[in-house]
Amino acid sequence: MLNVHESDVDVMIGLECHVQLNKLNTKLFCGCSSDYQNDPPNTHTCPVCLGLPGALPVINRKAVECGIKVALALNCTIQEETLFYRKNYYYPDLPRGFQISQYDFPLATGGIVHLEGEKGREIRINRVHIEEDPGRLVHKGAIEQAKYTMVDYNRSGMPLLEIVTEPDLKSPQEARQFLNKIRNILEYLDVFDGNLEGSLRVDANLSIEGGQRTEVKNISSYKGAERALLFELTRQKNILRRGKKVVQETRHFDEARGITISLRTKEVEHDYRYFPEPDLVVMRVGGWVREIERSLPELPDAKLDRFLREYGVSPVHAKVLTSNIHLANFFEGVASMIDPAFCTRWIADILKGELNYRGVGVERIAQPDFIDLMKLLEEDKITDHGAIEVIRTILDHGGDVGEIVREKGLLKAEIDETEIAVNAVIEEFKGAVDDYRSGKREALNFLVGQVMKKTRGRADPDHANKLLIGRIED
Amino acid sequence: MISDEDVKHLGWLSRVELEKEDSEKFARELDRILDYFTILDAVESDLSPLHHVLELSNVFRDDVVADSLTAEEALSNAKLQENGYFRAPRIL
Repeated sequence: MLNVHESDVDVMIGLECHVQLNKLNTKLFCGCSSDYQNDPPNTHTCPVCLGLPGALPVINRKAVECGIKVALALNCTIQEETLFYRKNYYYPDLPRGFQISQYDFPLATGGIVHLEGEKGREIRINRVHIEEDPGRLVHKGAIEQAKYTMVDYNRSGMPLLEIVTEPDLKSPQEARQFLNKIRNILEYLDVFDGNLEGSLRVDANLSIEGGQRTEVKNISSYKGAERALLFELTRQKNILRRGKKVVQETRHFDEARGITISLRTKEVEHDYRYFPEPDLVVMRVGGWVREIERSLPELPDAKLDRFLREYGVSPVHAKVLTSNIHLANFFEGVASMIDPAFCTRWIADILKGELNYRGVGVERIAQPDFIDLMKLLEEDKITDHGAIEVIRTILDHGGDVGEIVREKGLLKAEIDETEIAVNAVIEEFKGAVDDYRSGKREALNFLVGQVMKKTRGRADPDHANKLLIGRIED
Repeated sequence: MISDEDVKHLGWLSRVELEKEDSEKFARELDRILDYFTILDAVESDLSPLHHVLELSNVFRDDVVADSLTAEEALSNAKLQENGYFRAPRIL
């Protein structure tokens, strides 16, 4: 797992993952629509999420239910009594001057996530809590050069879950693996769409043996997390190599440049002056747990085990197939019609490879279309090469299997039939073949005509033409 | 005792600029407020904390969309704005 660069030191990484519960219809404390991604700035706001005086927040029940779902899926204990706090800090993205978050008495504590299947490494979860998302800050050009900040409050008040791990992760790669696992679990629970911009933001703590830890903020992608931590790890190792000490500080990840920058913030935790939010009463949600637990869908680890048992797929294939809920459902739909041993390779290796290459999801290809294609393969009517061409065509341009096969002449039977006819015609009309060899071009037209006659017009004349020339001149 | 430094720090957290005489005045006032809280020291400390003065719990709303303000309405009190955005000082 560890690469050459890291095997020489003990690394401890802890993550704070902020995930947007973006499948909800509305924000956390008001009825503004959460569907703002393609809309102009400040078109999804109200007195509550703009922080206008006198506006009162009311908690979205579904957000709390989603939070409980996630916490249970991460094997956490839901707290009997849980409440919101004000976290005070002054920044343009927070219109009220405080963020409504949780502090003491978070929604859930003490969970476990397995990195790979149920036997994989255990990463302990410290807590899961609910909070509101701040607004979005926009700068013209580079942030250092901007004269002012522009603020869009469409995102303000979106429901976030903060998932905090213990410092159990041992490498930047493992941190990325963990984030992928979290994303997968959240998408299985249908509370999260990881494709939406800004749906995941991460703060990471990293320390190496004997040193102070630094906190890296502003990580906003899965790849970014690994890059930021690799940079920070190298930076800390270089400091130690020079015989200096790593100082405890907060650093900002600059995604464009792939580096972390010291922030020198003066705010320390007690500066947030947390106190219970007086506008919201306590939540006692212990009674919801049993029912929500019953409604939990099959989660990735359980699905992986079942795929191994039920379909007899290899562990590697089971991992790929369950790495994303849409792919898993796609596979099960296909496997209900097609031999699983046969379609597994086509989905887990070939289709997944083509999807990854294009950076698109499996929803790009319709299940019935894929089943049709698998049937053609099973019946040996199309070559592997031809099937791959069909998949690529659908992913790039759309269209249905039958049409593509016809347009591109990919049916193997047609080709075989033409070849058989060509061979038979060459045997049968030796005279015409000799005429052609001695330079009578028109003899070829006669031979093509015979091939068309034998295949009852199903051969492609150009193809027959080429085959004949190839065979005769061989 | 609240020090001058404490007051300056509080001023910074609230983004309020304080003159020398202000900060002396605030230090005295904050001291009085904190003194007042020492009354609580006389209370037995094994009481369970009260998080809210109301006896209510579990007040929720359904996840149903309500009308939002228009961008014009949202920005109507903003002195500085640009292309539908609020304009604020740049903070690094």
